[in-house]
Amino acid sequence: MTTYSDPYASSRETTEGTVFSVTGGDWDSLVSEIGESKEERIIVNMGPQHPSTHGVLRLVLELEGETVTEVRTGIGYLHTGIEKNIEYRNWTQAVTFATRMDYLAPIFNETAYCLAVEKLLGITNDVPERASVIRVMMMELNRISSHMVALGTGALELGAMGPMFFAFRDREIVLDTFEEITGLRMNMAYVRPGGVSQDLPAGMTVKIREVVKTLRKNFEDNAKLLIGNTIWMKRTEGIGYLDLAGCTTLGITGPVLRSAGLPWDLRKMQPYCGYENYEFEVITADTSDVYGRFLVRMAELEQSLRIIEQAADKLDKLEGQPVMVADKKIAWPAQLALGADGLGNSLEHIREIMGTSMESLIHHFKLVTEGFRVPAGQAYAAVESPRGELAAHVVSDGGTRPYRVHFREPSFNNLQSTSAMSEGGMVADIIGAVASIDPVMGGVDR
Amino acid sequence: MSEDQKGMFGSSGTGDTSGYGGLVRTAASTGSTERPYGGYFDDVADDLERAYPDFADAITRVVVDRGELTLHIKKSRLLEVAFILRDKLKFEMCMGVSGVHYPDRTGAELVALYPLLSLTKNQRVRLEVATSELDPHIPSLVEVWAGNNWHERETFDMFGIIFDGHPGLTRILMPDDWDGHPQRKDYPLGGIAVEYKGATTPAPSNRRSYR
Amino acid sequence: MGLEDKLPSGILLSTVEGLAGYMRKSSLWPATFGLACCAIEMMALGSAPKHDISRFGMERFSASPRQADLMIVAGRVSQKMAPVLRQIYDQMTAPKWVISMGACASSGGMFNNYAIVQGVDHIVPVDIYLPGCPPRPEQLMDAIIKLHTLIGDTKLGPNREAIIKEVELAAMNAKPTIQMKGLLA
Repeated sequence: MTTYSDPYASSRETTEGTVFSVTGGDWDSLVSEIGESKEERIIVNMGPQHPSTHGVLRLVLELEGETVTEVRTGIGYLHTGIEKNIEYRNWTQAVTFATRMDYLAPIFNETAYCLAVEKLLGITNDVPERASVIRVMMMELNRISSHMVALGTGALELGAMGPMFFAFRDREIVLDTFEEITGLRMNMAYVRPGGVSQDLPAGMTVKIREVVKTLRKNFEDNAKLLIGNTIWMKRTEGIGYLDLAGCTTLGITGPVLRSAGLPWDLRKMQPYCGYENYEFEVITADTSDVYGRFLVRMAELEQSLRIIEQAADKLDKLEGQPVMVADKKIAWPAQLALGADGLGNSLEHIREIMGTSMESLIHHFKLVTEGFRVPAGQAYAAVESPRGELAAHVVSDGGTRPYRVHFREPSFNNLQSTSAMSEGGMVADIIGAVASIDPVMGGVDR
Repeated sequence: MSEDQKGMFGSSGTGDTSGYGGLVRTAASTGSTERPYGGYFDDVADDLERAYPDFADAITRVVVDRGELTLHIKKSRLLEVAFILRDKLKFEMCMGVSGVHYPDRTGAELVALYPLLSLTKNQRVRLEVATSELDPHIPSLVEVWAGNNWHERETFDMFGIIFDGHPGLTRILMPDDWDGHPQRKDYPLGGIAVEYKGATTPAPSNRRSYR
Repeated sequence: MGLEDKLPSGILLSTVEGLAGYMRKSSLWPATFGLACCAIEMMALGSAPKHDISRFGMERFSASPRQADLMIVAGRVSQKMAPVLRQIYDQMTAPKWVISMGACASSGGMFNNYAIVQGVDHIVPVDIYLPGCPPRPEQLMDAIIKLHTLIGDTKLGPNREAIIKEVELAAMNAKPTIQMKGLLA
């Protein structure tokens, strides 16, 4: 790094040419300095703090007038060392770290990790059906809330403020449902290896059906605002073009791949958690542009609602079934309940472990302090998150702590396509292209 | 695979469940699985053998474990095998590069794993390449699957594996002038002790814990 | 600061303090510094019709730090992001306040490791620490209301210097946290 006395000086010479720092109130001096140079090509830094870059993403643009000649992406501003932290926690505690990676779709992170751990444990077929159905329902609700943020912020970045309010209104409805079921709005740590941490509260399926009805009506608001809107279409049609060949070589999955025409959806092609028992369609578009991806996401909302309705029906039939695997040496022991002093272990559970069953006490103690042991080996489990294929690659050395967990985040791959989508276009179209990729920087940087 | 473990808490004989005394953890096996592999794995192995005559030379181990096929490849042959897998066997997508550090395996401490996905055949396979810490070079697969660009940069950043032939191998997650490779086992977690009134809690890496 | 600093202590100063405090807190413009999960809850506060930050006049999140008064550090600050955070804080014009939203911003949160700055107060001076992971929008609103009270009570001129001296003296004489043993002693 070249040393210079004032970090906020207006210009300095470097090996690449003159670098101008704009700090405000100095437009005249900037214009006079640039005016002398004959360079048409300027390099602009859309830094990590920017309202329209979907999080802490740094874009270095090389501009010739309004046309973008080169886009370089800088990431790593949210690197948290989650994967290294997981190596110091036991298998169940790792869920709380995994869930904060892609913070718009926490249930997907947890499910990918838990599916991989269950593969290693060999209990994939022993996870109770009720737990799988609850997982599916929570995942589809999360898909709706994530797409709402994608639509709302995408529209906001392109200048439309109305959809943001509608989207966040619907998201609040979904978050209220999450709060009733899991206790938290975001980052719930609800899905644990072996099942889910606790069962649904009584009467929840009735509430879920009402939520589905409300959401179905509410989605019309955003659809009426944007689909067919001339300004919206002018800003999104033909923008951010990435065809099928580009998608496959860059390893891109999710709505971006489906907007190129390929109906690739892991829920249909390599089903998990019982997805083969649900009826839904895989939405594709054939325009490979921002508008196509927007239509794909809007239509996926309706498909998610269909799956949630089917899940609610299944849950009614499976009333009273366990939600954790039967093997007591793996199953998370506690059952939570709301007591006089807040949320804690339910009194029946305490009565059981302190009064009646010695084994329950031992299991509770050992599982919470030491954790279960997972046989050595490695496993890779993938789920279809709102952004694409989210997979956990888990390596175990036979102990109570993961040896290595690596998350294959869809946003990490998808963001590599920014250069391919934006170069040759105009500056304003970069925003649309990045918004259509819908990256979540927490997942990109982990 | 390894022999069956009796009892989840790892105890046998003494009934010691304290987690500290006399527990033996079976390590992962180091052999190849025998044919038939089951499912589509046999087809993949046969197709690869047919398309790549040097199969037995390049691929050191074939492991089928927990429903997944892993091919252990010598790093000198990695590029050829990758091209054949992409073009002849139609594994169009590479899901990324995952690194693992095994400090106990002298000579093969750093491992890079490439999960591959075939969209046309709906199949998954995994490539595993090992290299030593003293010579951490692995050929880059960016020309085979362009999406590996950032993944290889991340594996370089976190593990120090240098990918030969990468268009721009720099740090991607840590600041550019960072020292060390954080995800290696000998790199400390770097936490600080948390201070309360009258007591401290040590960082997660310094606490007493079960292995 | 300006004219208000030159007034002598007295009834005129306290009237000006009240007026200036009222005007400063009535329409704070937050700078967009959403980093991670807390940013989503901040966005929910800003745009969900349920929790409506426009009631304070704060819905205009200012992307330009020059026009922002309040920096809500929402999310985990990584080592790579720390210099950027400091630069944005420096570019904000006085008077400015900082709310450190969430456990990660206040103290590093659950990520006690090499990559996360253990508390954003290592980098910028913080006025309000808001715990939570992530804090609900209502909790953020409570923090903002407490900040409003704080801003409304800001002293100016000689009163301000007196308070600064007092606070500094108290901090110099205070017992370090690790020695406040309480019942442990």
